[in-house]
Amino acid sequence: MSKRCEPPATFAPAPEASPLRDRLRSALIGAAKAAGVALGLAFPLLAYRTETDFSNALVLQERWAAVAAIALAAFVVRLICLLIPGRTKAASSPRRRRAEFAAIVARSRRLISAAGLASLIAFPLVVLVLLGPARSLKWIDSYGIQILIYMTLGWGLNIVVGLAGLLDLGYVAFYAVGAYSYALLSTNFGWSFWASLPIAGLLAALWGVALGFPVLRLRGDYLAIVTLAFGEIIRIVLTNWTDLTNGEAGVSSIPRVSFFGLPFIAGPEGFAAHFGLAYSPIYRVIFLFYLALALALLTNFVTLRLRRMPLGRAWEALREDEIACRSLGINTVAVKLAAFALGALVGGLAGAVFAARQGFVSPSSFTFIESATILAIVVLGGAGSQLGVALAALFIIGGSELLRELDWLQHIVGEGFDPTQYRMLIIGFALIVIMNWKPRGLIANRTPSVFLAEPRLAAPALAEEGRV
Amino acid sequence: MEIFLQQLINGVTLGSIYGLIAIGYTMVFGIIGMVNFAHGDIFMLSTFIALILFLALTQILGVSSVALSFVLAMVAAMALTSLWSYMLERLAYRRLRKSFRLAPLISAIGASIFLSNLVYVLQGPRNRPAPSLFDAVIKVTHGGGYDVTLSAKQILIVLVTALLLAAFWVVVQKTPLGRAQRACAQDMRMAALLGIDVDRTISFTFVIGGALAAVAGVLYILYYGVVNSGDGFIPGVKAFTAAVLGGIGSLPGAVVGGLLIGLIETFWAAYISSDYKDVAAFSILAATLVFMPSGLFGRPDVEKV
Amino acid sequence: MRAPHTALLSVEHLTMRFGGVIAIDDLSFTAARGEITALIGPNGAGKTTVFNCVTGFYKPSAGRLALTPSGAAAPEDLLALTQSGRRFSETASGEIYLLERMADFEIAQRGRVARTFQNIRLFAGMTALENLIVAQHNALMAASGPGLWGLFGLPSHRARQKAAIETAKYWLEQIDLIGRADDPAGALPYGAQRRLEIARAMCARPALLCLDEPAAGLNPRESAELAALLRAIRDEHAASILLIEHDMSVVMEISDHIVVLDYGEKIADGAPSAIRKDPKVIKAYLGVDDEDEVDLAASGTRA
Repeated sequence: MSKRCEPPATFAPAPEASPLRDRLRSALIGAAKAAGVALGLAFPLLAYRTETDFSNALVLQERWAAVAAIALAAFVVRLICLLIPGRTKAASSPRRRRAEFAAIVARSRRLISAAGLASLIAFPLVVLVLLGPARSLKWIDSYGIQILIYMTLGWGLNIVVGLAGLLDLGYVAFYAVGAYSYALLSTNFGWSFWASLPIAGLLAALWGVALGFPVLRLRGDYLAIVTLAFGEIIRIVLTNWTDLTNGEAGVSSIPRVSFFGLPFIAGPEGFAAHFGLAYSPIYRVIFLFYLALALALLTNFVTLRLRRMPLGRAWEALREDEIACRSLGINTVAVKLAAFALGALVGGLAGAVFAARQGFVSPSSFTFIESATILAIVVLGGAGSQLGVALAALFIIGGSELLRELDWLQHIVGEGFDPTQYRMLIIGFALIVIMNWKPRGLIANRTPSVFLAEPRLAAPALAEEGRV
Repeated sequence: MEIFLQQLINGVTLGSIYGLIAIGYTMVFGIIGMVNFAHGDIFMLSTFIALILFLALTQILGVSSVALSFVLAMVAAMALTSLWSYMLERLAYRRLRKSFRLAPLISAIGASIFLSNLVYVLQGPRNRPAPSLFDAVIKVTHGGGYDVTLSAKQILIVLVTALLLAAFWVVVQKTPLGRAQRACAQDMRMAALLGIDVDRTISFTFVIGGALAAVAGVLYILYYGVVNSGDGFIPGVKAFTAAVLGGIGSLPGAVVGGLLIGLIETFWAAYISSDYKDVAAFSILAATLVFMPSGLFGRPDVEKV
Repeated sequence: MRAPHTALLSVEHLTMRFGGVIAIDDLSFTAARGEITALIGPNGAGKTTVFNCVTGFYKPSAGRLALTPSGAAAPEDLLALTQSGRRFSETASGEIYLLERMADFEIAQRGRVARTFQNIRLFAGMTALENLIVAQHNALMAASGPGLWGLFGLPSHRARQKAAIETAKYWLEQIDLIGRADDPAGALPYGAQRRLEIARAMCARPALLCLDEPAAGLNPRESAELAALLRAIRDEHAASILLIEHDMSVVMEISDHIVVLDYGEKIADGAPSAIRKDPKVIKAYLGVDDEDEVDLAASGTRA
């Protein structure tokens, strides 16, 4: 290869070029290090997969190509990161752009909310018209109702985590109390859904107060761990108290929800016959959808209203600075307890709807992973932001359901490929990324609860630092 | 009496493992005041690393000595798990030291979910049975139709634990890095002013925690003979309970707490209810945090106003 | 004409130990109604610890802290309350509170003791106005029932809310921040944050206002404004003030009464003119901290 072929820029005289060359060299070294680390991390876990053979002993399958790919990817990504000029100078413009974007979102918040509400109300009917009764069942049920239940749970947990700043890792316990309350009341005593619903909510709230009372004096991270412990204890009790809960097998044939007393059944007493319609399970599903929607909207309404009231302001003040709250005569234990009880109440109501939707409950629906998913909805959406939580529920739960639709990838990637197993992997990764990159969540602006002049947003800079 | 003695042996064995994991929690809490929720999953990860390495050594490289393969796998697992623990701190926690107070914990929860599901994806959902090693069993006494036994595994577990704790003690007490570590745990700002590289010291803490968790992982799979990608959670919580019970931030406390949790768990399972043995650990965790937050050996936490 | 100088807060034999360290040793003093009482002393003398005991953030190891917001307590009533084991009582001469028995929020709520903090503790993400409304939490809660009537927009709640905003506006005007009412408190300049914290404490309508180094970090002009504000609080709002301050010019200018602490013990107690000449005070300051000694001397010559 002759020297003339070399591009002159890279071969330029030493004095000017040396910074560039040094930079290139250090970037290459950095990238090599990253590749080395990636190799070290990937080496045993990715390189070998353990499989059991016929005699139930383990054998290893090699996957070196994947290891090489990971190392190469680490090298390239790191190299690009190191070669792209330092962020310090360029930082102002993306930040400003982001602030502008946030302002646009904030201004159009009303519009987005109204559009969202309208599409939620129209959703079952649109699906029904587009797909017909048989095929729309799945969409209204797995997507519609399930997302609404998680939206409600997200909004309920948002009261505790987003507004009051109390990290509750055992939220699923209240969801379980609600679900089991309805399941047991209906199967053992023949209570209807409508009679059980308030009981489910109240029992959950009662548990919230009973569990909350001793622990609410604890510092934030201890509180989180204790709530986690309570959540697990409730699950273990549900699993092992077989006389009451039927243990791992769960409670099945929970009565379906009725149309204010009219059951959704095929016979002449049923809803369809009463209104002169042909029987179809779709009516029940659509009714349940609107029921879940009503519950979600009620939660949202109460939360938005409370934010503008002394109790809600005390929650936010508590999140900002507990000691200052106490110095102003705020009974912080009572205020925390109110947040805990209200959050639990919402969880309990959502649990009853869940039990009515499934017709079956078992302890496996109430694991720590479930709490973590709800927490991820709150954290990703933006702790304290109602709209953000709603959108996060849509993305996370809708996305998880969509993963189920990707079965056809098996034909490409290979047999045994199960896209749904990546769901929690992605959620876990998202939690880390959000905390490091946008700790206040995707929608991080806070609207003041009261104002003298005109509504404005908390400074995005403060929000970005996660101080707000 | 014989059952009691047997449970005592089993409890000490289990407690040693918990103690090793608990040190990782307590050291990290001591130095940066965060609950490293993902530490249990680092422990689980290490069991897989060790298992794979052991299989690779015996099956692919054809090392015939079981003891040699075991030691090599353990040492390599310690190194690789330390790397995981180190990268965990670098990527998931380091930027959050000045963020709002719950940010590191939430990130750690994310990391915990990520790690356990990573192993799930890479290694599959089913239980992995490990080759059974060191199967010799010594009969200690006999009475009431009941043999009290002490297995070679149990002896090995307690011995390895004791040896590593001693080595760890020397590292923390005698080496410059250990001194820096203790200084940072006392007062990070002051340590930084005195020229201690705080970042490096925190990394060192995670490396040590990871290495000890790897030892615990190796001993765990040796003892139970089976592991699953979800196995980080419950032992993790129990080890954290041990750290809290011993007084979080206190190293001897972590070891004593580990032994206590191991004993309580085995006795609870033997005499009260094995179905509810996890409830015992969780209840102790909650009760300790509520009624005795500084644990057995911890310093009382004075609220800064 | 100011109210007669009866004791509002009597601190008797207050002792606070942390482990083996004695932070405050057998301290007694009184803060009189309608006066500004300053608590001064070198760094580490235990001033903030006294504050934390008075406001209930620390439980004193020993001693009695009697607060009598509406009048001096008859000694027999005080004795009866102390022996009864109760936290407070209503007597013919007014209510008596034993602060060492009360929880922090109770001291603020019932005893009407408000405070500021050495390192400002505002609700940084909430607006200045919201900070002042949170301070009126208890009054607002009383009007909104258990916090629920407002859900349905009941008039009693709305009227109270309006009054709370008026109070907040009044204080925002007093501290010259009315123009920034809707800005997040954390975005305000340092001096403004200090003033806002005082206004927030005043929105709780305290009988005793405890200020922990309100002039720290202020420039001379801001310090002068602060002095005027504190005098106005004392004279126009019937609030007595307990003050920790290092800026001797402020202390000497506005205090009616000074208590000097050193190593947790009281070394002097009296009017500013007497304190200035007290040899023990001069020695404590000279021996410990050059900067404070200069301040003391400078303010001495100025006065």
